[in-house]
Amino acid sequence: MLDDTARRKLVEVKNLKMHFPIYSGVLRSRTGEVKAVDDISFDVFEGETLGLVGESGCGKSTCGRAVLRLYDITEGTVTIDGIEIGTMDQQTLRGYRPMMQMVFQDPQASLNPRMTVARIISEPLEEHTDLSDVDKLARVHELMDAVGLNRDFANRYPHEFSGGQRQRIGIARALALNPKFIVCDEPIAALDVSIQAQVVNLLEELQDKLGLTYLFISHDLSMVRHIADRVAVMYLGKVVELAPRDALYATPKHPYTEALLSAVPDPDPSVENRKERVILTGDVPSPSNPPQGCNFCTRCPKVMEICKTVDPTTVELAPGHFTACHLYTQTTTMTADNTVAQEAQKSDQQGE
Amino acid sequence: MPDGGVPVLDVKDLKTVFLTRSGEVHAVNSVSFDLKPGELLGVVGESGSGKSVTMMSLIGLLPTPPAEIRGGSVVFEGEDLLKIGEDRLRKLRGSRIGFVFQDPMTSLNPVFTVGFQICEPLRKHMGLSKSEARTRAVELLELVGIPDARRRLRDYPHQFSGGMRQRVMIAIALACDPDVLIADEPTTALDVTIQAQILELMKELREKLGMAVIWITHDLGVIAGIADRVMVMYGGQVVEQAPVRELFANPQHPYTRALLQTVPSVSGERSEKLRVIEGQPPILVDAPSACPFRARCGHAFARCDRENPARVTVGPGHDAACFWNPATEGPRDAG
Repeated sequence: MLDDTARRKLVEVKNLKMHFPIYSGVLRSRTGEVKAVDDISFDVFEGETLGLVGESGCGKSTCGRAVLRLYDITEGTVTIDGIEIGTMDQQTLRGYRPMMQMVFQDPQASLNPRMTVARIISEPLEEHTDLSDVDKLARVHELMDAVGLNRDFANRYPHEFSGGQRQRIGIARALALNPKFIVCDEPIAALDVSIQAQVVNLLEELQDKLGLTYLFISHDLSMVRHIADRVAVMYLGKVVELAPRDALYATPKHPYTEALLSAVPDPDPSVENRKERVILTGDVPSPSNPPQGCNFCTRCPKVMEICKTVDPTTVELAPGHFTACHLYTQTTTMTADNTVAQEAQKSDQQGE
Repeated sequence: MPDGGVPVLDVKDLKTVFLTRSGEVHAVNSVSFDLKPGELLGVVGESGSGKSVTMMSLIGLLPTPPAEIRGGSVVFEGEDLLKIGEDRLRKLRGSRIGFVFQDPMTSLNPVFTVGFQICEPLRKHMGLSKSEARTRAVELLELVGIPDARRRLRDYPHQFSGGMRQRVMIAIALACDPDVLIADEPTTALDVTIQAQILELMKELREKLGMAVIWITHDLGVIAGIADRVMVMYGGQVVEQAPVRELFANPQHPYTRALLQTVPSVSGERSEKLRVIEGQPPILVDAPSACPFRARCGHAFARCDRENPARVTVGPGHDAACFWNPATEGPRDAG
């Protein structure tokens, strides 16, 4: 188990809410809101990778963007490196932008097709530094070397590169200002398997070399297991479980995490044939009209009466292992799972 | 697993090129395979490996030009699909051979109701009346697990979620009880929990209906769970073909071996560093006179630059197109 107290929290997110208003009717009056991110809290420790997983529409990308204040957040606080940026105005925030950067999902859409690679990578330098042209070019070349791009290609345009190389350009741009914290929003989703591994290895190398901290957003649970130190699972705007990597994959506590993990096909026919699959029925409800009580109660295979009325609170089952589920908050009705969980908790505490 | 029998589909030496301004692109190169009745053949490969183009060529779905089918034969129920002409082919498509595409949003027509789109093949190919077609359409939607099917016939594609849309696509493909279903990355656009639903549905449907399926995917996990036999494609060619367990347990081609090692899993050993296949897939502008994988292969030697390896049998039902033998760690003598 990682010793949390010894490590410094670089990013602290508390009770973050990001609601988007819905306007309808002739008067375009506000009739509701999409609760894309609804009251979530987590920390990211310096030098670690926090994986943020979930299915499409669960709010993981919105969460990543809200943490970097690409949106004006509805409620909550975001502290990065001791500086509260949640409520800061955009003008002041601009001064702090160099320490936090983002790598986007689609390298095709996030690189300007009319700019050369050198201009793309040096754009943050122009915005935030007073470097001379010579120094800027030297820095661009240095960054291209760091991400494994041939520096002779500095004057080429994005369309002349393959998907994996374009993602390297995006990473070089994110690194230009020596950030501490990088949000990687599905950086490998658009790439082929053999290229995914190249980009993931590059991100890991850069982390080792530069001491970077990542929030790694992905729907690919097997890749997150590879890259992340801790993993947060989101469902319909909420974090349902957050745990150190090995604990999450070995002993998932929340029924949604269990279902999600069991749904991932394993590249091994003998494992596949033995696998007990939890098949969830139905679809994810709309975040503009989430169900009452627990958000997962409409699809949960272990749903109880209380789940349909009361929203579960987050409890810490083992050091660093948090989940929000009534199976673990109820002490009056002792279910089989509950007993197991408490025993696990006991043995974990004894193990400390 | 069904064994032997006369194949329902027999493809030999299929060659497809695209004529582009910068020359010919050899997208499919002498691809041969067969499909046995009731079998599920998985086709794996990266983007640009020619897996989709191969299947589109089979049933004449490629626009010509720019595509041109240069040779080969595709025998389905005694007929060569490449020779029978567009009219006959149109009769077979959608009735004897069903097709499910990757993206259910773009392959359903947004201005027609789902009911209309399911009834269309039933009326065109099976000559059913309007009310008979509706009854059958309800049955089909129920078969693929869409609740409240009768009412949903009146809905438009945008009123369905991604997983439900893909179920509709499968219902349309199954409408005329096809002998062969070709599914091109049918779960790639879906979330994992929805993908699990569709895979489960597919297993049930195969048990009930017994059709042969070609399942194209880049996801080795999906293949491991669903396929009977697997064909691995790279650079427009079939590089390896084997029964599913054999392929995962005993891969012979360096590309297959590398591919299996680059994929992390949610269970089993977790490696500290991912194995990578260096370099990029080839751009198929040159006529294939050498092994397409040689530039990224750790075992390439002089012969790989000179000759394109033919597929050689390496075990029961298992063949690979490579000069290198992983058992002896040296060149293969045969061939």
